[in-house]
Amino acid sequence: MERTWNNKAWFMVLPVLLLVAFSAIIPLMTVVNYSVQDTFGNNDFFWAGSEWFDEILHSDRFWEAMGRNLVFSAIILIIEIPLGIFIALNMPKKGWGVPVCLVLMALPLLIPWNVVGTIWQVFGRVDIGLLGYSLRALGFNYNYVNDPFDAWVTVIVMDVWHWTSLVVLLCYAGLVSIPDAYYQAAKIDGASRWAIFRYIQLPKMNRVLLIAVLLRFMDSFMIYTEPFVVTGGGPGNTTTFLSIDLVKLAIGEFNLGEAAAMSIVYFLIIMLLSWVFYTVMTAYDAEQ
Amino acid sequence: MNLTWMAWTLPTAVFFITILVLLCGMAIWEYVSPGGNPRVGVLRFETTRGDRLFLSLLGSAFIHLAWLGLVGPNLWWALALSVVYAIGVFRYV
Repeated sequence: MERTWNNKAWFMVLPVLLLVAFSAIIPLMTVVNYSVQDTFGNNDFFWAGSEWFDEILHSDRFWEAMGRNLVFSAIILIIEIPLGIFIALNMPKKGWGVPVCLVLMALPLLIPWNVVGTIWQVFGRVDIGLLGYSLRALGFNYNYVNDPFDAWVTVIVMDVWHWTSLVVLLCYAGLVSIPDAYYQAAKIDGASRWAIFRYIQLPKMNRVLLIAVLLRFMDSFMIYTEPFVVTGGGPGNTTTFLSIDLVKLAIGEFNLGEAAAMSIVYFLIIMLLSWVFYTVMTAYDAEQ
Repeated sequence: MNLTWMAWTLPTAVFFITILVLLCGMAIWEYVSPGGNPRVGVLRFETTRGDRLFLSLLGSAFIHLAWLGLVGPNLWWALALSVVYAIGVFRYV
């Protein structure tokens, strides 16, 4: 391959590199430093070696939170990705309906996480919340405060409500970029609705779907604010996901070394799973 | 510049310097032999030497964690296993 002689473009990415260094690399290095030490505050540190990692790897609390998080992310992906594709396929492609649908879809994304949590916390209450009160009136024994199943359903429905729009908007962007010639060719061939979806729309949406899956996986695996505001990790620990557990460990218990070790294991798992998603989907794309 | 807030230790400094040296080495390699040497290996999809370094580092992290969780706190064997794994990745992936 030919050597690139004009390397001036590197200077263009320098600001981004500096920004990433200050916002991600230096904090990550500090977390690594914390993970091998113990501290009681006052910037005094004592060498602990691999002790915190050992503790995390043998901690039932960590593996239970990890299990809950994996189940939550799997449910979120199983619901949001097909639902997002379905809505995007049925959105209008021209006319006044386009801006109306786009604005409606963008609205949940504009609401801050803690506000979403507060909305659903009130919405689900059985005494004053529209959802909770209505379900009770219909005869359902719904109470997300003391029933783990109801708490899970509430957190999942809240996430679907908040984030399916992102999948919809990404898929819609992929769909509108398909030239009309493809649809005309399919019409001439007498292709069914399913064949158009399977052989034209889905392959053309592949790249945006990859972004959607990655973003939704990483976001759902790191979810903190919404379930924390709605359930506080309860009832018991049933909705305590990794990030909630991490904050409890770091701030609630001031166990910075163990929290740092947990952060690193958490980070490595996110990186591995994101790499697997990325590789599988780009390999499929290359095959197409 | 006071960096005590970062709580540096000698082992973690050596760890990050090693990563930095590896990245510099990869940059020099790329300068000498541009293009990233893409090829299809045992994973049946194309990888460049940057991908192989990423896989080596990520795999090494998991080898260390697995050793710590399943065997014990003496990580020198995990390090040796990681070097063998990295050589394998650069040779066959």
